[in-house]
Amino acid sequence: MGFFMDDNTPVMEKVVAVNGNMITVEYTRRVMQNEVAFVRVGESRLKCEVIRVRGKYADLQVFESTNKMKVGDEVEFTGELLSVELGPGLLKQVYDGLQNPLNLLAEKSGFFLQRGVYLSALDREALWDFTPIAKPGDTVRAGDRLGSVPEGIITHYIMVPFAWRGQWKVKSVAASGRYNIDAVIAELENERGEVRKATMTQFWPVKIAISDYSEKLLPEETLVTQQRSIDTFFPVAVGGTFCTPGPFGAGKTVLQHAISQHARADVVVIAACGERAGEVVEILREYPELEDPRTGRSLLDRSIIICNTSSMPVAAREASVYTAVTLAEYYRQMGLDTLLLADSTSRWAQALREMSGRLEEIPGEEAFPAYLESLISGFYERAGVVRLRTGEKGSVTIGGAVSPAGGNFEEPVTQATLKVVGAFLGLSRERSDARRYPAIHPLDSWSKYKSLVDPAKLAMARDILRRGADVNQMMKVVGEEGTGIDDFIVYMKSEFLDYVFLQQNTFDPQDGASSAERQREMFDGVCRVLETPFGFADKEQARAFFLELRQLFLDRNYMAQGSEEYRRQQDLIDRKIIGSVKNA
Amino acid sequence: MRKVYHRIIRIAGNVITVEADGVAYNELAEVSGLRGVSLAQVIRLDGRRVSLQVFAGSRGIGTDDEVRFLGREMQVSGSDALLGRVFNGRGAARDNRPDVTSEMIDIGTPSVNPAKRVIPRHMIRTNIPMIDIFNTLVESQKLPIFSVAGEPYNELLSRIALQAQVDVIVLGGMGLKHDDYLTFKRTLDEHGALSRTVMFVHTASDPVVECLMVPDMCLAVAESFALKGKRVLCLLSDMTNFADALKEIAVTMEQIPATRGYPGDLYSQLAARYEKAVDFDGAGSITILAVTTMPGDDVTHPVPDNTGYITEGQFYLRNGRIEPFGSLSRLKQQVNGRTRPDHRAIMDAMIRLFADYRSTLEKQSMGFKMSAWDKKLLKYGARFEKEMMSLSVNISLEDGLDLGWKILADCFDRAEVGIKSDLLDRYWPEK
Repeated sequence: MGFFMDDNTPVMEKVVAVNGNMITVEYTRRVMQNEVAFVRVGESRLKCEVIRVRGKYADLQVFESTNKMKVGDEVEFTGELLSVELGPGLLKQVYDGLQNPLNLLAEKSGFFLQRGVYLSALDREALWDFTPIAKPGDTVRAGDRLGSVPEGIITHYIMVPFAWRGQWKVKSVAASGRYNIDAVIAELENERGEVRKATMTQFWPVKIAISDYSEKLLPEETLVTQQRSIDTFFPVAVGGTFCTPGPFGAGKTVLQHAISQHARADVVVIAACGERAGEVVEILREYPELEDPRTGRSLLDRSIIICNTSSMPVAAREASVYTAVTLAEYYRQMGLDTLLLADSTSRWAQALREMSGRLEEIPGEEAFPAYLESLISGFYERAGVVRLRTGEKGSVTIGGAVSPAGGNFEEPVTQATLKVVGAFLGLSRERSDARRYPAIHPLDSWSKYKSLVDPAKLAMARDILRRGADVNQMMKVVGEEGTGIDDFIVYMKSEFLDYVFLQQNTFDPQDGASSAERQREMFDGVCRVLETPFGFADKEQARAFFLELRQLFLDRNYMAQGSEEYRRQQDLIDRKIIGSVKNA
Repeated sequence: MRKVYHRIIRIAGNVITVEADGVAYNELAEVSGLRGVSLAQVIRLDGRRVSLQVFAGSRGIGTDDEVRFLGREMQVSGSDALLGRVFNGRGAARDNRPDVTSEMIDIGTPSVNPAKRVIPRHMIRTNIPMIDIFNTLVESQKLPIFSVAGEPYNELLSRIALQAQVDVIVLGGMGLKHDDYLTFKRTLDEHGALSRTVMFVHTASDPVVECLMVPDMCLAVAESFALKGKRVLCLLSDMTNFADALKEIAVTMEQIPATRGYPGDLYSQLAARYEKAVDFDGAGSITILAVTTMPGDDVTHPVPDNTGYITEGQFYLRNGRIEPFGSLSRLKQQVNGRTRPDHRAIMDAMIRLFADYRSTLEKQSMGFKMSAWDKKLLKYGARFEKEMMSLSVNISLEDGLDLGWKILADCFDRAEVGIKSDLLDRYWPEK
């Protein structure tokens, strides 16, 4: 530590005011914006961060409850920005927003999160099998690989700390062997003759993006999430960004969980930001049991969970999304595809609003601070596909849930998010009320990325959906009897597409996840129905036909692709369709 | 002896400011004046200026009244002696019996480490089909009842409380009408539940600020019982009054309001209370059922809106019935996969068809001819409302599922209900 100030002897300053989780400190020596400080309250030291400096006063947000704090309490400035520790052992961890390991904390302080207890983010005793990559005499830069250790299924590269700027000459590298994370694995010397010892870990300030790569590329490859309405209709790209706004109860969290389980990613970082603790518990308890079909290992092996639930201190909520994205960027530097799911970015924005209010800043729309938009875009801009200096590609894909007040997408957080993301998966109350899950609205949502299926067919299917919705609207005005049979068939086709393809039962092992191959096959099957000109005597006959056809498709959705029963079902479907084709 | 301060330099709303030294944030003080002694709590420190919210209100407080700091925060007893007792919003007895001062615990304790929670696993049976079948209540769930004034929400609360198999009931009344308080008390008494109940009651005629402490006191008590291994049900009525009290203090403190005058931290404030619902790994549990009245029946009002984002679902109470749309139990998936194999299918199919019924009703009201399908839906909808939705229905989950199949089979053909064929083979009633 200590890369940002040369002199970090602690200086004691004094608290002069307390207002909720904001305190004002009178300072006598240099302070830095976003510098970390500790307030001494009785026996405990509470972490806080400078968020404004005015005259001889600095305002700090406290990451803990300010209960019992007094005017005159001592404040110790650290000379550091708010940072996370990066190194082997991050995977499978459950952290709070400040990278405190929650499992260890539970061992130490029991049921409750006692304030002022900060533990090491990484296991300092564990031994890792180190293999050197760099050789003495090599010239290296920040982010270059010094060696590697296996971490579960991935190769974890030990890199020159990102904060070490300039050129360094490798003086020595540790031999292959088992070391703990604090062992010196290399000695480097820069042009000025300064020698530094590198270990397996390093610190990096969370609010600054890691940028040691050669170029940022256009996200072009579709990220398979195995959710049909996403991959086929509103795809997300590897290294892209998407948001899932929706009113409460529309299924944001269920959708995010489904994505985190089935998406094709090497590392998944889940940031539970200001949401329910119960939802995190589901991940904590279930992921170790769930198998990742790609690797055969437990899902937890590829996950890092950052959990700052709604009743945990607000200021740490703001930090949690940055902690999460920094960890994702770190693994990206190893040539991996990482996926960050943040639920919910609105809570993060609300944390900003609370602080802004305490700072008595001039409020913007709905009292959110005026800089909200630039912070949101700054966050999503940390996503992307990059070409590393080794020539490998790595990516960070960011998906953020948004919880708009009153379910109204016109509010500032949703609007600011829509400006920067590449895909908008809008969840609708109307669909969730009708139990049409996932409740991604098929007409309002959009994506700028490439779909799994043929664009021409997709356009045709979209057209059916749009026309079907129009007919449905019309029927509400003129009634079913006033609707022509052709329009009625379009409506039935759009409903059919919705039921058998867009809707997906997350809780079913077969239907819950459709591989890219299965989605293409299903979509072709559905398109065949959409394109077939059917001949029916009347609407009752048409309705009966589509309901029966829907049943056949639905049953097939629950069968394993390629199984015997699946093939038999296909035959039934074929016969059903052929029997009702309009005679030319 | 603690120092006494006599110089009150500001009185605004229910907040007073006094100049004092060595005062801790959130500390309690006693303000003594002509009207007697009132408790107050520190809510801001600025140099020597200390702002306090006065529980009994600031009316009649003089600039030279005595302010004595107590050197502690708000506390409540966590002992078993609370059972069967009634207290007010300051934690003092309101049943003409002595105060309980043993085993005092802090209120507003830190949040539970998520690593010490377990996934909720136990269904709470209410024998109300709209809950048991469609939105199953689960132990350790936090669930509000959204409704408008005049709906029988307190009756629903007490019915669930009596039906539920829990060890302790903690009832918190915020701005409760005195009649409602008496009704609660009588209902619990009639069913012999009073001896396992603790009540903290702030009635509509008590000072507004006192209502702020009620949820924290209830939850601190609930937590102390849960840590002793008890399964606790906490009933809070009505959280909108609590939010309004927060608003009042925030406005007095000149905080910038976020929406409709409510402070920007409304979400965090509500979450700090609701998140106390927990199933401890190795101890008991707390289930929270709260009433949130929606001003003007508007679910986008900041109080129900923020609540909905915090809680694990909500029950909409409208026209004396729990509405199928909008009502939701987020935890139902944890239990309804293990009740009966047809539970989820019946739940989804019946609601989907009921949604179709509602749109058919719209068509009908516009005078359109009803198709054969529409007629089926109308028949179905009427039976669903009468036999499932009515709060007077009192049947077990299993009987309710059987009834569901019967209604479906009486109204539709097999292929029309959108249920997997293997379930249809097993459960579809033969005529």
